[in-house]
Amino acid sequence: MAWSEVEYTAVRELRGPLAVVEGVTGVGWDEFVRITLHSGEQRHGLVLEVNRDLAVVQVLEDTAGMDPAGVRMAFAGTPLRIPVGTGWLGRVCNGRGEPVDGGPPVFGATSAAVGGVPINPARRQPPADPVLTGVGAVDALTTLVRGQKLPVFSVAGLPHLELATQIAAQSTAAGQAFSVVFAGMGLTHADASFVRDALEERSAASELVLLLNTADDPVIERILTPRLALTVAEHLAFDAGRHVLVVMTDMTTYAEALREVSAARGEIPARRAYPGYLYSDLASLYERCGRIDGRPGSVTVVPVLTMPAGDITHPVPDLTGYITEGQIVLSRDVHARGVYPPVDALASLSRLMRFGAGPGRTRDDHLDVAAQLLAALARARQVRELAELVGQAALSRADRRYLELGDAFLYRFMDQRPEETRTLDDTLERGWQVLLTLERSELTMLPDALIDAHEKGAGG
Amino acid sequence: MGTVNPVKGEPCRILRVAGPLIEMEYTGGTAMYDLVSLGDAALPGEVVAISGDVVTVQAYEYTGGLAPGHRARPRGAPLSARLGPGLLGGIFDGLLRPLSAAGEWLVPGANRPQDRGRTWTFTPRVTEGQQVTQGAVLGEVRTAGPVPVRILVPPGRSGPVERIAPEGSYPSGAVVAVVADAEVRMVCDWPIRTPRPVLERVEAREALNTGQRAIDLLFPVARGSTVAVPGGFGTGKTVLLQQIAKWCDADVIVYIGCGERGNEMADVIAELSALEDPRTGGRLADRTVTIANTSNMPMMAREASIYTGATVAEYFRDMGLDVVAIADSTSRWAEALREFASRTGELPAEEGYPAGLASAIAAFYERAAAVTTLGGARGSVTVIGAVSPPGGDMTEPVTAHTERFVRCLWTLDRDLAYARHYPAISWSGSFSRDTDAVGAGHAQAGDPDWVRRRTRTAALLAEADRLADLVDLVGITALPDRERIGVLGGRLIREGLLQQSALSERDAFCGPEKTTALAEAVLDVVDRCRRLVDSGVPAATVEEADFTPLLRAREESGPHDAAGVAARRDAVLARLGELS
Repeated sequence: MAWSEVEYTAVRELRGPLAVVEGVTGVGWDEFVRITLHSGEQRHGLVLEVNRDLAVVQVLEDTAGMDPAGVRMAFAGTPLRIPVGTGWLGRVCNGRGEPVDGGPPVFGATSAAVGGVPINPARRQPPADPVLTGVGAVDALTTLVRGQKLPVFSVAGLPHLELATQIAAQSTAAGQAFSVVFAGMGLTHADASFVRDALEERSAASELVLLLNTADDPVIERILTPRLALTVAEHLAFDAGRHVLVVMTDMTTYAEALREVSAARGEIPARRAYPGYLYSDLASLYERCGRIDGRPGSVTVVPVLTMPAGDITHPVPDLTGYITEGQIVLSRDVHARGVYPPVDALASLSRLMRFGAGPGRTRDDHLDVAAQLLAALARARQVRELAELVGQAALSRADRRYLELGDAFLYRFMDQRPEETRTLDDTLERGWQVLLTLERSELTMLPDALIDAHEKGAGG
Repeated sequence: MGTVNPVKGEPCRILRVAGPLIEMEYTGGTAMYDLVSLGDAALPGEVVAISGDVVTVQAYEYTGGLAPGHRARPRGAPLSARLGPGLLGGIFDGLLRPLSAAGEWLVPGANRPQDRGRTWTFTPRVTEGQQVTQGAVLGEVRTAGPVPVRILVPPGRSGPVERIAPEGSYPSGAVVAVVADAEVRMVCDWPIRTPRPVLERVEAREALNTGQRAIDLLFPVARGSTVAVPGGFGTGKTVLLQQIAKWCDADVIVYIGCGERGNEMADVIAELSALEDPRTGGRLADRTVTIANTSNMPMMAREASIYTGATVAEYFRDMGLDVVAIADSTSRWAEALREFASRTGELPAEEGYPAGLASAIAAFYERAAAVTTLGGARGSVTVIGAVSPPGGDMTEPVTAHTERFVRCLWTLDRDLAYARHYPAISWSGSFSRDTDAVGAGHAQAGDPDWVRRRTRTAALLAEADRLADLVDLVGITALPDRERIGVLGGRLIREGLLQQSALSERDAFCGPEKTTALAEAVLDVVDRCRRLVDSGVPAATVEEADFTPLLRAREESGPHDAAGVAARRDAVLARLGELS
């Protein structure tokens, strides 16, 4: 950053995360700001508005302890830029990108604006080929596709952080260069150290960038964290040719930080007091995934969010759902039955799955097995509801098999250990075993020859 | 566009920058909705308010780094779209700047090259000295697709053709004719917020065949009419609109991706280029103009993209063509209105939207019409707008207002989508006010039964819905036999007729004759079942009959294969015959 020589001292107002400084000249909108306190402590900010000689600055570390009399502000002349490159791999940083691993500041040959630049939609390559996560339920039923954005919708108390970390630790792209950028926002210290431990191996292998904003870190800093993560990821992908997975958790915490700034600015609130531009703001993050014509890498985004009070119509999951290409929904019921990961398979969907799974991509029978499993599961749910009304004894034999399938699906197919990497072959074979609980005539979506082969394999 | 007009007006100072909201000094010579170039990068903006000596400008690009004291230049002309033969098959941003020629990243202010260097074959249709009036065809320009672009006498002009270019290749900016002292170029600029003039609006009564049975059969739309498609996320809104873009029998499609997903746009573009137009054999892309303003592209350009799209649609309509303009999604456009209103401190109405929201929506849909063009030809613009209600709440302002102004509403139902019933168009929550006009049109075209088929299908569906509620309470076996057939009939209509997979090779698109055949087949089978129970056959026996050929007819017969459908109907009727 080339800081302005002039430091402005006329701070007129401090309120919440905002500082208003007067007498400025030539300060542009969205510029990065360095704020020096009387004590010598340095903070950082972004210009939210410039009106004549007044600049409204959003202070990333908050205004606590700031005395207007002793504050000096220098302006960078440009929006915030960070160094980019492979120097980030293997590093652990805070939410502003400053190392917390005891190493030197991250260095890169080039720099990029954290706000990013939109990818030309005419130069996008539609997503294709899978990112295999080693989580059976995800790989088989909601295959993650390179260049896709697929969020995890969860509620408080469910192991979404474990799942996010497991996906970050295990994901691969068929042996091609692969990196993970993990952005944690508002994590508790316990969660942050859990994430560091679980991802230690990947970090040591220089395949991981870890950005951790903890719950006691400045709230406003969280607005920056996902942007840093995506900027680093874009360059690892499109300049260094890697497939990059960006895991961002928890987006609800991020949106709350956004709401806090919006409220401090006195903006007119929309739904649940979130700012009216929440959709566009979330899109400016999620849409940074993708593939580009003629470039080898890809950026795949997995945002994790908790639905307040389990409400899927809450603005954060609702707007996320409008932007992303499907969702993985976690369920309290499945969790209560002791199954990990507690995925609600019927509510989950990967819209791009057909571009990432099936012949030439994963296995020839993948899409058929997935479709048949979901159809059977939907029927099993109906049968369960019926059984609650009329009693199990009144069910037909075929229907009772569906009840069995429901259980087999949870315990033989979905359930796995948080540190277990399950191959897709293993997962699909489990899928077959579960399906063979049913009578053969029920398996209308699978070719006969395959059913024969699997019945034999199962010793049936 | 921005780069086209010569720089006019004195530069003036920028006073305030707050995201897309810019205030600058008023130095005279600036009018409302005039284009302004902001800063050294010449970012495009538009004047939206003038108060005293301050001009408020809405910027169409990211304004990072722009500062008070930087220069702004009023361009002395309103924001206009450059209309010409290069539109068909092209991909543009919200201000109609070509994206195909732009780089991988859309850097703000970067000059987007026009189709310079490209030439077009012009064929004159008039001779020198001939008297022409406004809207008359001066000549035609060949394009890659089936639609030639017609060069028209501009509105308000008439007189003798003083000069006309001979047949040959010309760059798009070339003057191809002089009429009454006015030069006519191959391209023309038109201000996007001004509807293009027509001779008169006429009643829309000819059906637009969308190739989607649920629409063509139950909720038809006339050419020149308006449709809103509300649906929460995951209800298949975008897929349905893309299906219509691909298969409906319009001459030109204007697809406005307004604040939607980048990957989706990439997919649309790739598919349209690969797909063959069933009517002409050319590429579908060559009859399509794609305006891509994805959700991460500058928000304010969304606001403009809707009007840009309408202007492009009107341009082709004026050549005597049927145009369909699809906007996905108008909710994102409304959000851009709200965002800007909030920044200017306008008093908010419902949910923070500006008080002018309802009239803005109404005015946009009014740009649809069936018309007699200035040149005397028939043309139409049909507008189909997606609505994305937050949380699936149909009472929110954008949905609630849009419903009032459109002639057709195709509501997408989450429960249907959840049950994998696609297209998830709710029969109870949708309407078409074009039904009578379209029915009369079908009768005139030799299909007098269309109205009866629609009425019967709708009645059966309503009956089945009523019975379904009852079945949930008392169980199917408690129903009288005749009503059990009502339940069966509903199922046959849903599964055999209304469901249509966008991924199906044979059924993604359904011709009118196949739609008719399928509807007749299902209705015939339901009638036969009714007669069977009336004659004493137990409903349980009828329910157990094998209806598979009927249910598979839609998948197994090609898009125009009415005979194949009839054969499968006969097979089922024959089996039912054995029951009596």
